[in-house]
Amino acid sequence: MTDSNPTAPSKARGKKRLELDPRLAAYRGVWVFVEIERGQVHPVSWELMGEGRKLADVLQVELGAVILGADGARLGEVAAEAFTYGADRAYLVADPVLADYRNQPYTRALTDLVNRHQPEILLLGATTLGRDLAGSVATTLLTGLTADCTELAIDPDNRGLLATRPTFGGSLLCTIQTLNFRPQMATVRPRVMAMPDAQPGRTGQVTQETLDLAEEDILAKVLAFIPDQNQEKAQLAYADIIVAGGRGMGRAENFQVLWDLAGVIGAEVGGSRPVTHAGWISAERQIGQSGKTVRPRLYIAAGISGAVQHRVGMESSDIILAINNDPNAPIFDFATYGIVGDAMQIVPALTEALRSRLAVRRRAG
Amino acid sequence: MHIVVCIKQVPDSAQIRVHPVTNTIMRQGVPAIINPFDLFAIEEALQLKDRYGARVTVLTMGPPQAEVALRKAVAYGADEMVLLTDRAFAGADTLATSYALAQAIRKLGEEEPVDLVLTGKQTIDGDTAQVGPGIARRLDLQLLTYVSAITDLDPGGKTIEVQRRSEGGVQVIRTRLPALVTVLEGGSTIRFATMPNMFRAERQPVQQWNREQAGIDDVGKIGLKGSPTVVSKIFTPRAGNRRAKMIGAEMGSAGEVASAVLDLLGSEHPRFARELGLAAP
Amino acid sequence: MTEKFDAIVVGAGPAGNAAAYTLASAGLKVLQLERGETPGTKNVQGAILYSDALERIIPDFRNEAPLERHIIEQRMWVLDDDSAIGTSYRSEAFSSDRPNRYTILRAPFDRWFSEKVRAAGALVICETTVTELLQEGGRVVGVRTDREEGDIYADVVILADGVNSLLARKAGFHGELDPRNVALAVKEIHFLPEETLQGRFNIKGSEGVVIEIAGAVTHGMVGTAFLYTNRESITLGIGCLLSDFKKTRVPPYALLEELKQHPAIAPLIEGGEMKEYAAHLIPEGGYKAIPKLYGEGWMIVGDSAGLVNAAHREGSNLAMTSGRIAAETVIALHGKGLPCSQENLAVYRAALDESFVMKDLKKYRELPEVLHGNPHFFSVYPKLFNRAAHTMLTVDGEDKHSKEKTVRRSFVEQRSLLGLMGDAYRMWRATR
Ligand SMILES: Cc1cc2nc3c(=O)[nH]c(=O)nc-3n(C[C@H](O)[C@H](O)[C@H](O)COP(=O)(O)OP(=O)(O)OC[C@H]3O[C@@H](n4cnc5c(N)ncnc54)[C@H](O)[C@@H]3O)c2cc1C
Ligand SMILES: Cc1cc2nc3c(=O)[nH]c(=O)nc-3n(C[C@H](O)[C@H](O)[C@H](O)COP(=O)(O)OP(=O)(O)OC[C@H]3O[C@@H](n4cnc5c(N)ncnc54)[C@H](O)[C@@H]3O)c2cc1C
Ligand SMILES: Nc1ncnc2c1ncn2[C@@H]1O[C@H](COP(=O)(O)O)[C@@H](O)[C@H]1O
Repeated sequence: MTDSNPTAPSKARGKKRLELDPRLAAYRGVWVFVEIERGQVHPVSWELMGEGRKLADVLQVELGAVILGADGARLGEVAAEAFTYGADRAYLVADPVLADYRNQPYTRALTDLVNRHQPEILLLGATTLGRDLAGSVATTLLTGLTADCTELAIDPDNRGLLATRPTFGGSLLCTIQTLNFRPQMATVRPRVMAMPDAQPGRTGQVTQETLDLAEEDILAKVLAFIPDQNQEKAQLAYADIIVAGGRGMGRAENFQVLWDLAGVIGAEVGGSRPVTHAGWISAERQIGQSGKTVRPRLYIAAGISGAVQHRVGMESSDIILAINNDPNAPIFDFATYGIVGDAMQIVPALTEALRSRLAVRRRAG
Repeated sequence: MHIVVCIKQVPDSAQIRVHPVTNTIMRQGVPAIINPFDLFAIEEALQLKDRYGARVTVLTMGPPQAEVALRKAVAYGADEMVLLTDRAFAGADTLATSYALAQAIRKLGEEEPVDLVLTGKQTIDGDTAQVGPGIARRLDLQLLTYVSAITDLDPGGKTIEVQRRSEGGVQVIRTRLPALVTVLEGGSTIRFATMPNMFRAERQPVQQWNREQAGIDDVGKIGLKGSPTVVSKIFTPRAGNRRAKMIGAEMGSAGEVASAVLDLLGSEHPRFARELGLAAP
Repeated sequence: MTEKFDAIVVGAGPAGNAAAYTLASAGLKVLQLERGETPGTKNVQGAILYSDALERIIPDFRNEAPLERHIIEQRMWVLDDDSAIGTSYRSEAFSSDRPNRYTILRAPFDRWFSEKVRAAGALVICETTVTELLQEGGRVVGVRTDREEGDIYADVVILADGVNSLLARKAGFHGELDPRNVALAVKEIHFLPEETLQGRFNIKGSEGVVIEIAGAVTHGMVGTAFLYTNRESITLGIGCLLSDFKKTRVPPYALLEELKQHPAIAPLIEGGEMKEYAAHLIPEGGYKAIPKLYGEGWMIVGDSAGLVNAAHREGSNLAMTSGRIAAETVIALHGKGLPCSQENLAVYRAALDESFVMKDLKKYRELPEVLHGNPHFFSVYPKLFNRAAHTMLTVDGEDKHSKEKTVRRSFVEQRSLLGLMGDAYRMWRATR
């Protein structure tokens, strides 16, 4: 930003600038809720930090990271990491009742923070945790919440958040604003925003807060946590290469050729809704609107038509290679490379070609 | 035990088309269905009814046609149906929706206290997963989202134990009733309605409540007025389609096509190809 | 279940709806069962509705039924590979306040009709398949459905379950369908903006056009194609006898693809967005293939009884009329407190014989045979007609007399003079 006066850009544009209710104008700053589950920060939080940084720069305000948990030392480490991803300030609440995620204490902690420090924008990941928390925080604060955004921007006329999300199964996009309420809240799915580069050495301020809530006042008790045995399930969203199959693969057994290809190039296997519903692969591997959003460097789609609900989950992949026997399949409208042909012939050929070239490399190197 | 299941009638979005010229949604001929995720909520309620005995009320807010969805729920085995319908509800976002539904549930509780509210994981049209948490906050119910199984429930002792999906694993939580559970899909198979229930679903009257009947005095909290979010723009996703570079139409064998693809990757994305270990042979 | 009804109607197509509506309106206790998710079909089939049959059931249907366009022009085209010859009839008189024919989309139309049935007091249960008829001592006493506790009883069961009635076959009321007596039709709907459509067909408001098509597109098989204008879409379809499809092994959708590419058709649908693809059977055996229509406690109506006039592509009107007459038969017996025995139900057949339904079918009773025996109607003649038109319409210095001679010669070469006369006679006899 070249202009040092935060209000100048909108003034310069002159027209249509809505006078913000002074009560609302008191809300300043962009916040990102940093999701920690079992001690691990969910990558979506850093993706959001990158996005939040951009918004904060446009608004010329601070970017805050909200970090809740039981272990103060760990929260400090997370805060340090948050600064490297762009946060200016970290709001820390360390309290034993925040050990495991539970709706009631987390809602309480976050709403208290918001009421005390009054950010104008609050972003959360659209994970199971983030959606659970966002929904009850927004209702407690009686403010607007826009789910599953794919794009965030600032309206130059009124400093408002423009939150864009797919609607009607992805066939349309709509932009949603929360005009007369603060904070403006939004959730964003993992992998929708790009992961920012960390800036080592970048630091910020830490604000410590406390939570006034005793364990006896919390009704929900976590009895156990059963980690997913198959840890790779969670990895699909972050895979570098994905080989995905659709109904065009014809049969469950035919998926073997995809696993073979994946094995050769170290890829994950995914699929469209019909194939997860038919049980050809497990439900965790579904990609798309009601499945996962992915953005690998290479996405190989075999026998997938490219219906919009699937498309919204994978179109930001760097390279999309589509194999489909129908030259008019919609997937060819947005793939990088397209092969019109029978997946059951092309995929094994691809596996072979890769295998031999990789072998050549290996021998050479 | 009194269970309320919130269901929503949605257009089958798989069949929705956008008008190629005007960019508007063409709803004509698009069938309305029960939000698929809500079927699992209904099934869960019926299983609890089978196990512990319960009165199951299905509740929806929507236009008069939404009664079809309610009747379907009764065909599965629900006991009563309430349709919240009033022009004043139109244009509601999740905050306003959860308020209206919460008021109706409060009213239902006057007859027989509500122990459990079930909703689907999310809808396929709004797709927010926010209405459930919203209702829970407003009624101060224990919120349990993404529940894959209700493992234990004690109607007398007013406790519930569930497994809920969270990132990287499953949380086992025990808490008190009344609670609101959003039900994950796939936990159980949806039952097939019996013939007597089909008959009952067709014949039983639907309770229709307008704003006043639902116990809502403040019109500022419902419909468009009660919605903090405003849709400012609707548009089609990026018009600039990048048509794929097609390989191999003239190429011949699958092997040759595969080779050509790898060559292309190598020349157009050299860095990626190198990292993959794919320098040209 | 212990509940018993005056009548059970199986199927919620035009025939079943007509029957259930008529019965319920007369105050009978009626159950209608439909296997589809919604009443009628769930697809957006386009079709022609003939007013008269419906008017006799719901006189003011025009005020409320979802109608697409009223037909003011009928074209008949005979196609060769890249040409078309045809006739058309267009009349303002068809735009009267009570038009005679409309295009409809079956899904909304059937839904509307079913709402009327419900409103008349029938219990309509969808997503439920009748799996067999319950019989006791040679009498049909009810139906078995695919649901738990799904046996239901009634004084009479009216089968309106469409072409290829599995129930009637299972009960032994009629045999297997002969592939020579049934056509397989495929069709698509192409959506176009209303203005574009009106421009292309030279129509305004809710006027509509029907094009009946024969010729090369059926690859010599016995069959025809059709194009209907709906409000914002075009229904395009083609159908041929199942036996011919089996012989030629041409996939039905390939025929439809060819039809869409034909230079006379392509410009009409250009730019349209294809929405529905549907395939369906049509019973075309005509009068001679009609099975037994009633028995102890049962009647059969509409397509399931084979009541289709293939020559005029009339089906739904015969279906509605037979449904209505069957219902009236039951109402009369019910009023007199008489049982729905085979003997008493004979009134149904008699009334049907007196109606246009049987009269028309009788008139065309020889047609199926003639068409089977004369495949050249569908292969040779289209070429001849098109070539003749081409010759006559090409202005190239040749005198008209010689041109006529060329044309005549080409006809005689392809079909001897005797053959031509025979064809004319056979056609006359078949449609007399
Ligand atoms: C609310 C909602 C949410 C949804 N969410 C999702 C979601 O999250 N993810 C998702 O994927 N879908 C989702 N869907 C479903 C989506 O609309 C499509 O139905 C689905 O993506 C289609 O999957 P497909 O491409 O595998 O199958 P199809 O559409 O059936 O396509 C199969 C393709 O394979 C091609 N093919 C056939 N045989 C071969 C062969 N031998 N070789 C090569 N190609 C061949 C065909 O030409 C065709 O293009 C959702 C739908 C709704 C309504
Ligand atoms: C391509 C095509 C074009 C046509 N065009 C025209 C036209 O322009 N004009 C015209 O008048 N006619 C036309 N027809 C013919 C017309 O569609 C039929 O004659 C008419 O639909 C017959 O009505 P129906 O009620 O007897 O049978 P259907 O409409 O077939 O209805 C039978 C119903 O019974 C249900 N059913 C079947 N079995 C069971 C069971 N076991 N349990 C419960 N329910 C069951 C079915 O789901 C269906 O809804 C056309 C037909 C085709 C295929
Ligand atoms: N209008 C409504 N009427 C009843 N229940 C609703 C309504 N809208 C949403 N719900 C419930 O809330 C859940 C989540 O919806 P959503 O937040 O829109 O994704 C749905 O699965 C329903 O159970």
